Amino acid sequence: MTDTAFLRLRGVVKKFHSFTALHGIDLDIREGEFFTIVGPSGSGKSTMIRLLVGMDDVTEGQIHLRDERIDQMPANLRPTCMVFQSLALFPHMSVGQNIEFPLKLRKEPPAQRRERVNELLDLLHLPRSYYDKRISQCSGGERQRIALARALAFDPEILFFDEPLSALDYRLRKTLEKELKDLHHRTGKTFVYITHSLEEAMVMSDRIAIMKDGRIEQIATADEIYRRPVSRFVAEFMGEVNLFNVRCGHDGAVSGPGLSTRGDLTAEGLPAGSEALLMVRPEYVQFAAPSEQYDYILQGRVREEYILGSRIQYEIEGPQDKRITVEKLRQNRLDDAVGKQVRLGFNAEKTHLIGNG
Amino acid sequence: MERTDRKLGLLSALPLTAVLLLAFVAPMVVVAIFSVMPQKVFSLTHTPDFSAYAVFFDQGYYRSLLWSLGMALASTAILLVICWPLAYGMAKVFGRFTLVLTIAVVMSLFVSENIRLFGWVLTLMKGGLIEGHLRAWTGISFDSPLYGVPVIVFGLVYVYLPFMLFPLAQGIAMVPDDTRQAAADLGATRWQILTKIDIPLAAPGIVVGSLLSFVLAAGALAESKILGGQAVIAIADDIETAFTFGQNWPLGSALSMILIVIIGALALFGVSRVDLDAIMGRKR
Repeated sequence: MTDTAFLRLRGVVKKFHSFTALHGIDLDIREGEFFTIVGPSGSGKSTMIRLLVGMDDVTEGQIHLRDERIDQMPANLRPTCMVFQSLALFPHMSVGQNIEFPLKLRKEPPAQRRERVNELLDLLHLPRSYYDKRISQCSGGERQRIALARALAFDPEILFFDEPLSALDYRLRKTLEKELKDLHHRTGKTFVYITHSLEEAMVMSDRIAIMKDGRIEQIATADEIYRRPVSRFVAEFMGEVNLFNVRCGHDGAVSGPGLSTRGDLTAEGLPAGSEALLMVRPEYVQFAAPSEQYDYILQGRVREEYILGSRIQYEIEGPQDKRITVEKLRQNRLDDAVGKQVRLGFNAEKTHLIGNG
Repeated sequence: MERTDRKLGLLSALPLTAVLLLAFVAPMVVVAIFSVMPQKVFSLTHTPDFSAYAVFFDQGYYRSLLWSLGMALASTAILLVICWPLAYGMAKVFGRFTLVLTIAVVMSLFVSENIRLFGWVLTLMKGGLIEGHLRAWTGISFDSPLYGVPVIVFGLVYVYLPFMLFPLAQGIAMVPDDTRQAAADLGATRWQILTKIDIPLAAPGIVVGSLLSFVLAAGALAESKILGGQAVIAIADDIETAFTFGQNWPLGSALSMILIVIIGALALFGVSRVDLDAIMGRKR
């Protein structure tokens, strides 16, 4: 992976009549990275990918691939390829004919095509005998791999994915996520993936862009986004989170209703007197014994206990009806939790402050 | 439960089966038997001798058949080419305007075919709607295109357009948009998308539309009579003549049998090659 931009978007705007789907997107995607664009439906991520592969025209702005401007180039001339949400396999062709479709368009000789198809079938763990199989006889997971093989046969500079796993059941999705990540390593290609599922994005991606209302909220690694979201939206989108409205005092201390804080806390980077959101993830909130010391302490009562498998989640009613989520590994489970009065504590190093505005 | 359903099903199919046997199969059998009777007899009690079939070759009736099949083929090919863009538009582009178009085309069927063809005669004849106006206004005159093979083919195209258009639009509607987009994404040009994606996937519609218009055109006689002025004789014309003026039922029957066998074989071949269920809206 290099650090230089490979696919560059500058001020990309897309309007449909009076509706603006994308508001001036700037984005750099690096060569060889697994880049995921995440957002709820209507965030503009599908529009974005349609612009990138050439199925729609940009209203304003430019898209460059290496040093070439591609936003005015028709889809069939762009050196990129997409795996569709519906997969869009050709039902009237066999598995082999589907995969060799782009090769046939380039008039490659049959023997060479056959060899390449066999390589791709091997790469995607499909038996070579599938060459003559009908698409309708293949399972969901197999079709997924065939669509991937067909896209790889094109040998694209960038491979785009439009939520191809969303229609599959949980287990198959998990398997294919890992296969996809593995395939990314083995092929060394640039993958650009869009999904509404953050979990999917976190498992596979090198970097993630979070989109909302046609704008990019944050671009960073999964870890960075999880630990230091830039907004309430990103924080909440990135899984369970506890957010407290706090005020940065003139002495630099952070205070919030119902939160007891130590005197020596400082709100780094935020102006005195400003309001902010204090974020702490559920796994960093501890059930504190009366003698234990934490930077932040609050009291509450356990309302509900949810079993998530390896983890247990507690919903706690804190001061002023504030709901707090706490997660513990199963081995650290609290006995007879429901209804118990608890003292919760967490340290400042595990928190993150999100400025308002 | 399932067995009762089956029984009830068979029972309810009985009346229609009887009607089909009596009204459809029985006359066909009679025609088949008449076709092997000696010339100009009016009963089925004679010794079969196949002489009517010999007449088909000896007296040049095969020429009528070839004209009919040739003109049907030409009109079907023309229909395919002119209906494709229209059907594509109806299936994918026009949206609500498709309904207007559908109604317009269907409305033309409300008027009898013969009357519409006479309308064309009045339009195209010397001193008719077109030539008459042109001559009156500019003094330029031209020969009427009536009474030739091209105008017969034009008539066939005109009359059988709905039979090609609607199945074709149905077929094109079955081509998923994303397969077309995927093909473009994989590097296919518009022409390659048409030949490798659209045409194969719309094949059921193409086959049904082509079969309908070909079969109807091959058996048509009004176009060659009214527009063609019998410049060439259609096989259906020969069959009618044999049964009426000719008073030669075995000849008429033999000609019918030949047409039925050729068209039947074509239809069976065509239908066997495509998934008819797909276009009839049943589960694939």
